[in-house]
Amino acid sequence: MRHTISILVENKFGVLTRVAGMFSGRGFNIDTLNVGPTLDPEISRMTIVVRGDDKVLDQVNKQLDKLVNVISVEDFGDTEYVDRELVLLRVKADSKSRADIMQICDIFRTKIIDVQPKRLAIEITGSESKIDKFVALMEPFGITELTRTGKIALSRLK
Amino acid sequence: MPSKLTSKKVKKTKSSGKSLFSERGPVMNGAEILVASLEREGVEYIFAYPGGCSMPLHQALTKSKKIRTILPRHEQGGGFAAEGYARVTGRAGVCMATSGPGATNLVTCIADAYMDSVPLVAITGQVPQEMIGRGAFQETDFFGITLPIVKHSYLVWDINDIPRIIKEAFHIAQSGRPGPVLIDIPKNIQNQTAQPVFPKSITLKGYNPVRRADEVALQEMLGLIATAKRPMIYCGGGVLSAEASAELREFAERTQIPVATTLMGIGCFPETHPLSLKWLGMHGTVYANNAVNEADLLLAIGVRFDDRVTGKVEKFCEHGTIVHIDIDNSEINKNKWVKLPILGDVKDALTRLNRALDRSGSKPLAKGYTRFPAWYRQIEKWKKEHPLRYQDTPDAIQPQHVIQLLCELTKGDAIIATGVGQHQMWAAQFYNFTKPRTLVTSAGLGSMGYGYPAAIGAKLGRPDKQVIDIDGDGSFLMNVQELATAHIDGIAPKVIILNNQHLGMVVQWEDRFYDSNRGHTFLGDPKDLTRIYPDYLGICKGFGVPAERVIHKKDLRAALQRMLDSKETYVLDVMTPYTEHVLPMIPSGKTYKDIITE
Repeated sequence: MRHTISILVENKFGVLTRVAGMFSGRGFNIDTLNVGPTLDPEISRMTIVVRGDDKVLDQVNKQLDKLVNVISVEDFGDTEYVDRELVLLRVKADSKSRADIMQICDIFRTKIIDVQPKRLAIEITGSESKIDKFVALMEPFGITELTRTGKIALSRLK
Repeated sequence: MPSKLTSKKVKKTKSSGKSLFSERGPVMNGAEILVASLEREGVEYIFAYPGGCSMPLHQALTKSKKIRTILPRHEQGGGFAAEGYARVTGRAGVCMATSGPGATNLVTCIADAYMDSVPLVAITGQVPQEMIGRGAFQETDFFGITLPIVKHSYLVWDINDIPRIIKEAFHIAQSGRPGPVLIDIPKNIQNQTAQPVFPKSITLKGYNPVRRADEVALQEMLGLIATAKRPMIYCGGGVLSAEASAELREFAERTQIPVATTLMGIGCFPETHPLSLKWLGMHGTVYANNAVNEADLLLAIGVRFDDRVTGKVEKFCEHGTIVHIDIDNSEINKNKWVKLPILGDVKDALTRLNRALDRSGSKPLAKGYTRFPAWYRQIEKWKKEHPLRYQDTPDAIQPQHVIQLLCELTKGDAIIATGVGQHQMWAAQFYNFTKPRTLVTSAGLGSMGYGYPAAIGAKLGRPDKQVIDIDGDGSFLMNVQELATAHIDGIAPKVIILNNQHLGMVVQWEDRFYDSNRGHTFLGDPKDLTRIYPDYLGICKGFGVPAERVIHKKDLRAALQRMLDSKETYVLDVMTPYTEHVLPMIPSGKTYKDIITE
């Protein structure tokens, strides 16, 4: 089972290593990890997608909370939340395939951010399943590069 | 006393009209600010081994009138001594080392303190800021190395942060579930100057160690006790950390529930008490293991369901209802799923439980328990059938006999430190501990070499007490250099080496599980089996430490007495047979039903 956990951490030396090290040291698996600033320059938010059963998740949350630099832990679990991921990818496109690609891009409401004679660079945001579908559709054209931010999430309940 | 000094300082600050929130000191260098901050925490002793990157700190320490610096002869000795001091006093022990190898020699101590929840503040020198990351002489990323084994850690990056960091470090190390805190400080910051501001209070956004048990949960626990037929208390180091021994005793005496401690919990409940079943686990008593496993209600207080306690954890107290009180949320449901988890400070929880029991008319009884007659009869039967025992011999000295005799001669009132191995288990089995913080042992990490340096620290923490390191020949040799520390600094812990010329515990496992094939477990001289090797008397002579060897049982009592009477540190090298096994024994990963008793 996969869980999305959002934590607020003090923006201090070594805090990312501390969090990442806790995962490896206790044998937990991270699927994705995203770190970024919040409105408060002293606080950062990490969004972590973890794989594990309820027992593992319970431990992950408690061990995160135990770290002195971790201010709060929010496990989205089954609660209402929205999540998004940003992906940049480059796909092979010649005069024959370009129109097909652009049509798919339209359907998925992506942005074409760079056009080269034989390449297109595309930006897509959305839920994980939407992105997975889009990537699968692009694969036959030939994806040459891809970078994903990992998930970020917000609760709907606040 | 340090606490007085601190309180004076507070008064002075107030009367001199300075800010209530902080106190401004004179211009000093970083090392002096650090030492001044340590003084404000009431530090009496620091165990510190100097080196290039900690020299300014040592220079500052020479000027301190409040802190006595003890020079260990190896950083690991200093770290264990700081732990020993912390274990007997409950206050943070402080050790210090230089960068690189000095720091890495502290790793075992920090890991040890982490496993056993010991308040330890470790300070390490670091190469100058501009040299960090360049592979400088004696540089290691010590902050990085220690990340998985600290409660928290700091790399000082600004001289103005020093007072706050020290205050935070002591607060974190000593509060909640105690543990080690590391402070790594680059040399150039030690040499910079600044006017320090010592904060009165600190705020840590992500750390709130104050936990109060839920009232409803406590009531539910009392309800479970009311209907139990075979209840047991299983309590551990958390009771000692919370200074809740008196509350635990009152709770047991009010509820009339028998008590088994863990190895870490030894001393939190008097082992001479009629409700005591001594301790449980791999080498615990048969009756404690039976009782805990067959209980219908298990009250787990300040424990963590360690594998050496539970054996096969799924089978541990398989049919009982388990209540778990602990201050560390991450211990709840970590190793064992429990019916009723209670997150909270053990002392507070027990105090409130006692109050509730008092209101319902359950008075504390010192003896004459009648509440669970069938259960007491069953436990008595187990006690009769399987007491702690050994086969004594007329002339050869059995290790268990040494400990029983020591217990008799010290009236059970000494502080005992141990190394790790057979002697450690025998010390825990055959000495009767009645007071908290009287057994100083490396339980979680199992660090050989712990005993003697820990005894040095314990003796400094409790100079009024006889402190005795019951050690093995293997363990003692690992930090034998600390004889110099004790001798030169005039610290008087005593040592009994139970010398069987082998790594006894590994030998025991070889005998049980490897057809007695010896895999490098003989510590003597294979070229001359008649010789006792190494010659501890010769070693002690070199260090200027009095020592004697005992081979015959008839000489033991007088020799022990001479050791106890010595005003200085003293080594008694007692020759014991290597064929003796620690029993009972639950093999690793097995259950209490698989216990080996002979």
